[in-house]
Amino acid sequence: MSIGKPSRIPGSEITDERTYLNRRSFLRAGIVAASVTATGWIYRKINAPAMKSESFPPLADIVIPATQPTTRQSITGAQSTAGFTVDEPRTSFQDITHYNNFYEFSTDKESVADAASGFITHPWQVSVGGLCRKPRVFDLGDLLKIAPPEERVYRMRCVEAWSMVIPWDGFSLSRLLDRVEPLGDAKYVAFQTLLDPARMPNENSGILQWPYVEGLRMDEAMHPLTILASGIYGKQLPPQDGAPVRLVVPWKYGFKGIKSIVKIELRAQQPPTTWNIAAPDEYGFYASVNPKVDHPRWSQATEQRIGGDRRDTLMFNGYADEVASLYAGMDLRANF
Amino acid sequence: MKDPRFAKLVLLINGVVPLGMLAWDAYNGQIGANPVNDAIHITGVMTLIFLSLTLAVTPVRKITGWNWLSHFRRMLGLFAFFYACVHFSFYFALQRSFSVTGVFEDTAKRPFIFFGMAALVLMIPLAITSTNGMIKWMGARKWKRLHQLIYLVAIAAAIHYWLNGKVVGLGQEVFAGIIAVLLASRIVLWQAAEMRKPRAIAET
Repeated sequence: MSIGKPSRIPGSEITDERTYLNRRSFLRAGIVAASVTATGWIYRKINAPAMKSESFPPLADIVIPATQPTTRQSITGAQSTAGFTVDEPRTSFQDITHYNNFYEFSTDKESVADAASGFITHPWQVSVGGLCRKPRVFDLGDLLKIAPPEERVYRMRCVEAWSMVIPWDGFSLSRLLDRVEPLGDAKYVAFQTLLDPARMPNENSGILQWPYVEGLRMDEAMHPLTILASGIYGKQLPPQDGAPVRLVVPWKYGFKGIKSIVKIELRAQQPPTTWNIAAPDEYGFYASVNPKVDHPRWSQATEQRIGGDRRDTLMFNGYADEVASLYAGMDLRANF
Repeated sequence: MKDPRFAKLVLLINGVVPLGMLAWDAYNGQIGANPVNDAIHITGVMTLIFLSLTLAVTPVRKITGWNWLSHFRRMLGLFAFFYACVHFSFYFALQRSFSVTGVFEDTAKRPFIFFGMAALVLMIPLAITSTNGMIKWMGARKWKRLHQLIYLVAIAAAIHYWLNGKVVGLGQEVFAGIIAVLLASRIVLWQAAEMRKPRAIAET
């Protein structure tokens, strides 16, 4: 700092101490306000409260199952509607559409809605082939006409230990598979998501092997609880939830429910599955919800219900009566 | 830096802004669909940010010559500890329902919890000995040695974050990168200082 000639300043121009202090505190208040604004801005950048709501067109002619909350004694094979609805508070449409795992768009659950907004699903085709008598490429409209959408209120348990109750609209996958007439040696069903990095930007990243693939054993695929969903809450399936059509297997961890399906193939051998490829010791082919078999890095005994409390996780996600027989005699610890 | 007291006050106010905003968002039901997870995540990220800032003080000061930066190191470190405590409390109360055995089980069984707990526990002696009185009582040399524990804390915290998600995302890579750079900068600065030292002993 250079010192000039102080005597040049006339006494009348010397700022008196009170003004000086006022100015200083004014300046300081300014510094505090500016810095707090900057910090708050950075905080908002890191934790954006993404809460934009969009509206989605309604689905027509949804069949609401006439079943009373399940009388579970009288299960009669494919006619059974046991487990089609669950008597627990439904997760809000807002939460179902703003807390999504859909890595093709974003790995941040609360950013998927935004990243997937505007995803184009017309035209859309689903090829169904492999070991079957009548392989066919379905236009979406034809696929969805196979059966009227039924409302299925399922628990959804994510492998990350959170859960929802979602009113899906869809029909049993068996209805589609029956159409293509599987051959006797078809033991598995393989599914594939759209591969189009232009429309699914995160497919440019190497976090997972794309396209996303999943698979079910034939008996799992034919189970009445296993559905192809094209809606939630009576509205067309939003992009972030797997538009235009996705798989829902309520007794398995959510990642089995492959989204935005373009290909279904009947196979003799167990198909590879994306998360199993990524981390074979953490995600198995079966991935049935099981509170007794922990994920290597976290417990599966309890779950955070979105919009609700922390609760105990149920065996087969509460669908043991309906599906446990599929796994009779299997070691569920080895076949996790 | 004409008035370190005021500068520290500014830092203090800014340090509690994230917690205030988190509380505000919680009050307004705006932390998202899974508030418990989000609150745990945000406070964890705040811990990593303050740990990184604490570790940045010395290398930045040495490179730029801005010695006034050292006024902030203690408070930055204490904020890291503060957010780590909040982070742990949320986990303990909201995910483990105050179950001490649950926490011990998790720590023994799950590597990512183990590294998080290690980072938290190692910060405790640093926080306790953060006062001027403690520095005097311990002696500067010993105190400095003890406080080198922050390197282990930072590494454990970065591993904790790295192991926590389903996949390693940008956030994990960013913090692992920042902490790696800050630790590497110490080695570089230390070597540079060694080279500048007069080789008196060798010449006798």
